[in-house]
Amino acid sequence: MIIGLDVGGTHTDVVLFGQEGLIKEIKVPTDPADLFQSILHSLDEITSGVRFAEIRRVVLSTTLATNAIVQGQIPPVGMIVSAGPGLDPELFRTNPHYFTVSGAIDHRGREIRPLVENEIRGIAEVLKKEEIRHVGVVGKFSVRNPAHEVTIQNLLAGSFERIFTGHRIAGQLNFNRRIATAYLNTATYPIHRTFFQAVNRSLTEKGLNVPIYILKADGGTMSLESSMEFPGQTILSGPAASVIGSVAFAPADADTLVMDIGGTTTDIAVIRNRVPQLHPFGARIGGHRTLIRSLETRSIGIGGDSVVRIEGGNIRVGPERISAALAYGGTHPTPTDALFVLGKMNGGDRHKSLQGYQALAAGSGTDPEELARQVFEHACRGILAEANSLVDRINSRPVYTLQEIQEGNRIRPAHLLVMGGPASYFAEQIGKMVDFTVQVVPRCQVANAIGAALARTTCEVTLFADTEIGTVLAPEEDFEQKVGKGYTDQDALRTAAELLKKKARQMGAVMPELEIEVLERQQFNMVRGFVTTGKNIRVRVQVKPGLIMDCETVAARLAN
Amino acid sequence: MLKAKNRTGLVFFPAFDWAISPTHPEREERLLYTQDQVLEEGLFDIDGIVEFKPDTVSVTDIQRVHFCVPDVWSVATESHFISAGGAKTIGMAVLDGEVDRGFALVRPPGHHAMRVVHGSRGFCNINIEAVMIEFLRKAYGIDRVAVVDTDCHHGDGTQDIYWNDPDTLFISIHQDGRTLYPGSGFINEQGGPNALGTTVNIPLPPFTSEEGFLYVTENVVLPILADFKPDLVVNSAGQDNHYSDPITNMNFSAQGYAKLTEMLQPDIAVLEGGYSIEGALPYVNVGIILAMAGIDFSRVTEPDYDRLRIRQGAEVTRTIEKIAGVVLGNWRQREERREPLRRKAGIEERTRSVFYDTDGIRETQTEINRLCRDCAGAWQIASISDRGHRILAIHIPRKACNSCAQQGYDWFEAADTTAFPLVCLQDRTLNQFNQKKGSA
Ligand SMILES: [Zn+2]
Ligand SMILES: [Zn+2]
Repeated sequence: MIIGLDVGGTHTDVVLFGQEGLIKEIKVPTDPADLFQSILHSLDEITSGVRFAEIRRVVLSTTLATNAIVQGQIPPVGMIVSAGPGLDPELFRTNPHYFTVSGAIDHRGREIRPLVENEIRGIAEVLKKEEIRHVGVVGKFSVRNPAHEVTIQNLLAGSFERIFTGHRIAGQLNFNRRIATAYLNTATYPIHRTFFQAVNRSLTEKGLNVPIYILKADGGTMSLESSMEFPGQTILSGPAASVIGSVAFAPADADTLVMDIGGTTTDIAVIRNRVPQLHPFGARIGGHRTLIRSLETRSIGIGGDSVVRIEGGNIRVGPERISAALAYGGTHPTPTDALFVLGKMNGGDRHKSLQGYQALAAGSGTDPEELARQVFEHACRGILAEANSLVDRINSRPVYTLQEIQEGNRIRPAHLLVMGGPASYFAEQIGKMVDFTVQVVPRCQVANAIGAALARTTCEVTLFADTEIGTVLAPEEDFEQKVGKGYTDQDALRTAAELLKKKARQMGAVMPELEIEVLERQQFNMVRGFVTTGKNIRVRVQVKPGLIMDCETVAARLAN
Repeated sequence: MLKAKNRTGLVFFPAFDWAISPTHPEREERLLYTQDQVLEEGLFDIDGIVEFKPDTVSVTDIQRVHFCVPDVWSVATESHFISAGGAKTIGMAVLDGEVDRGFALVRPPGHHAMRVVHGSRGFCNINIEAVMIEFLRKAYGIDRVAVVDTDCHHGDGTQDIYWNDPDTLFISIHQDGRTLYPGSGFINEQGGPNALGTTVNIPLPPFTSEEGFLYVTENVVLPILADFKPDLVVNSAGQDNHYSDPITNMNFSAQGYAKLTEMLQPDIAVLEGGYSIEGALPYVNVGIILAMAGIDFSRVTEPDYDRLRIRQGAEVTRTIEKIAGVVLGNWRQREERREPLRRKAGIEERTRSVFYDTDGIRETQTEINRLCRDCAGAWQIASISDRGHRILAIHIPRKACNSCAQQGYDWFEAADTTAFPLVCLQDRTLNQFNQKKGSA
């Protein structure tokens, strides 16, 4: 049995998933002031009457890091950045203790300017005086040659509790995102460590000695141990959890839209052939653009509780939530009230909803039922427009080869999965507006917790070889080897696959056979003065997001 | 968060799977390090810098400019369609107001491609700027366009295309044709009789450095642009004037290119040549992008940049000042000099030979221009290549007068398809391309 737990902003959802399917599900209000207790209480509840020996693992998705970043409640840390030619690194300042130092590496990983060790020692003294215990170290082009970052790390070692280096984050080139990501890892580390060590301790004391996994923004899991190296990756795991929870119901060979309709917002994602689409660079959070692998999602301020207004004769839904629906004792009319007025929903005070819509319709000559119908259609149209714009954005993403242009590979949604509180009503209406099939995700009230429970361990490896210089390098893995002129992209692919398997195992992957996907494979002849002097090879592989079990099996177990 | 002063659009299409030949300068690797630098600098994350996916152009777009022999697909590959398409995408984004300016970082380049195309010259088959400009004229009704070509090689293709067009100002700054391919672009090349003066060549001596380029930009290019008052300024942004370029002899730099861009303020820049792929292009391109966006570029320098080492000599400076004076003088007298030529009326004929160095084709052209006071004048080119192709290319200009339009059709009707198995009429007033073929 597996426990999946997702701490959301308002609710904490927990499921117990076993051979027979969903064994137990619980939804409790989240206490934002005490996420720790929210987790422990719900784990107590879900495991009551269950033999601990049968539980194989616990997967946790929390808003801990997200909240800390968005609310700015992160401790002071040190950042040491070396840049070289280009934009002024001061532009990428993340925090007060941000130091730019000498030293530069170029695009092929060659040293342009050396580090000045005394400069680093001086900064270390300043940071120590300020009682800073955690430091992030980032260099431009460090993924092409991490030597400067490593030297700085060694110079600081012993004086600080933990040092995070940029080249370990991701193989992709993007200096400012590398800085932001290193900063977020460094800054969320103490919070993350304290919190999850406490969770771990409590579970052990309780007698629940199972591996703990943490959900990431890309909808994959990592072991608790790995999460200590990359705590920033735990951000935005909630929306990812819901998407993973719906994957089993997506067709195996088509593009699917996923809409998670909440009270305040609707989150939209795209699934292609049961694989959620990832953002090309990484998540954006609290004003930071990062290299944190994350799903490509859109959020729009239209939900069941969005406030409805008439402005200049036009309907406006959202973007904010002021109160619950009138039918549930709220103060402002909402799309949910529209459903009450239309007699589709019940179990609340329809009279209040009707009064609200009468007031909205006053003087317009429209009767409240007609207005309710229009409001609901308007809300659905708004969500659909946002989904189309997400698809457009994915389809207009630039490509850099003739082959990719010729292949096209456009996303063409053929199926829509809807989840969230009023999912069935929205599904019905949106179904009338589109020419693809529409389905409400089974068990969608806890799809997020199911997604957490069943998510597989994901990871990525970037490999870069330059046979003129004679090196092959996977910066994230601290892997570097000498290679000869005969090294090819075939060899690179093999090395990358091995590194990926090793990494996946270290992060806690349990699948007997890993499915490896090649994201990028390029080989360039390097020509200097009409003579071929070497090859420049770039390879990127991943274990893509998905489920630890076969989708048909999961769908069958959840459908009953 | 970093924000661009000018909303700037970029098309980046490095064609990582296309080369003229494996070790040719125009090969897959050319923009690899530029891409690395642009990505590492995070330029696409800057607020106000937008990356667009390149569109492709149509055969119609190409036939608005070129006469391809024997047909478009025989001289252009998919890569040329996308390279020109990248320029077109940027042009549309600018004219639609989606961005204030744009830069098409595409390959292959285009500025050596002329009106008649038998093959590849100077790595160019399709003139991507001209295809873009003529599309924009058709789709957006813009009229006066200035092309400032800052590639180290003379932009002889663009010059040829706009030779007779008084509404297109073509200014080329390049290394003196006596010392570099294609061996043209001298001060006395100033356009055909109907457009005398709107072709402006500024040949610079070898080893011209930042000061020289910026001097002619400030003292020749900007004043001429101010007089001409174009609706659109296009920069053919070749980068082979760089001190590290392997096939040229100039001493320009990333800082220099960025400053030139800042002074020129082009609406659209299109990449042309530039073959110092590691030492120059990554820095020059970042410099140009930042300059277009209005962001501080003062720290964008090559690792081995040394301003003093590349400074130009006093002799070079004197030569440049002299050239600048002559060019500006010619420009100021253009109206007086054009008038008597056009008054002559009738026909002007010239014969010349064109060499396609990349493909090794030799072409002989006989060009006939109708001298006209009312429009740019109809013209025809009788072209014969040593591959045995014979074409008669007839052009009716965009704003042709009735007589010139009639002349074009008369030529077309009268053409003998046994002498010229391919006869083409490019009627820009109706946006039509007509052909008749002989059985030969
Ligand atoms: Zn050139
Ligand atoms: Zn005329």
